[in-house]
Amino acid sequence: MSAIQIIPIEWYLTLSAILFGMGALGVMYRKNAIILLMCIEMMLNAVNLSLVAFSAHHSDPGAQVFVFFIMAVAAAEVAVGLAILIMLYRNTGTTDVEVLNRMKW
Amino acid sequence: MNLTLTEILFFVLSAITIISGALVIFSRNPVYSVLYLIVTFFAIAGHYILLNAQFLAAVHVIVYAGAIMVLFLFVIMMLNLNETTEPKTALWSKFAAVIAGLTFLPLLVGALKTSEAVVMTQPQNSDIGLVKTLGQVLFTDYLVPFELSSVLFLSAMVGAVLLGKKSTEETN
Repeated sequence: MSAIQIIPIEWYLTLSAILFGMGALGVMYRKNAIILLMCIEMMLNAVNLSLVAFSAHHSDPGAQVFVFFIMAVAAAEVAVGLAILIMLYRNTGTTDVEVLNRMKW
Repeated sequence: MNLTLTEILFFVLSAITIISGALVIFSRNPVYSVLYLIVTFFAIAGHYILLNAQFLAAVHVIVYAGAIMVLFLFVIMMLNLNETTEPKTALWSKFAAVIAGLTFLPLLVGALKTSEAVVMTQPQNSDIGLVKTLGQVLFTDYLVPFELSSVLFLSAMVGAVLLGKKSTEETN
């Protein structure tokens, strides 16, 4: 007996919402830019989880292909984001996002 | 209340996901955050297996736990970040973040509760998560996005190398 017959989709959506909310909380709570990137990964994973749940409940492989593309985009995003972070660290000596407030003015 | 094995597995995996996700946010040392995020990703891979998405579970472990997290860990160790270099957050800022996050959660869950119940077709074939099915869909219906993602990777690679190397004025 597999999970799609037993576990209702609402449970998966609630778990996904909690995970997304925790990612959003982390983005607001932390000041370290690397942790912010990790929280963004967590939010992407929450969306992936709900997409896979929908895919399994509708017997549609299209959503899983979509998740595959989201993973590819996340990998590219992390590579570029960490390169920007290293450049930022080389210029300012810190990964604190509060230092980057010069774009306000 | 009798719980089947699948339900017990779902609850255990959900508990691991949520607790380690909270520890990612609240641990002071960035290295611990990365390690807890790896635990979160493994729990999500377990959810994928429960949902009959075996191929995605494997790709998830390989890409996230294997590639992305190693990149994070490598950068954190290269920059030598630890608890002493951690930026200080003002107390009111933390307070505001927690309030904003905790009001965001009931919003999402409430939106789920008030949304109309989706009529689910009873799932018949449970092999949609296998490599064969996904490969057929990927290389027929989604061929153009697949090829475009290679262009995305190329540009990301060029961007990462350009951003990561030292400028020539600096080295001379």
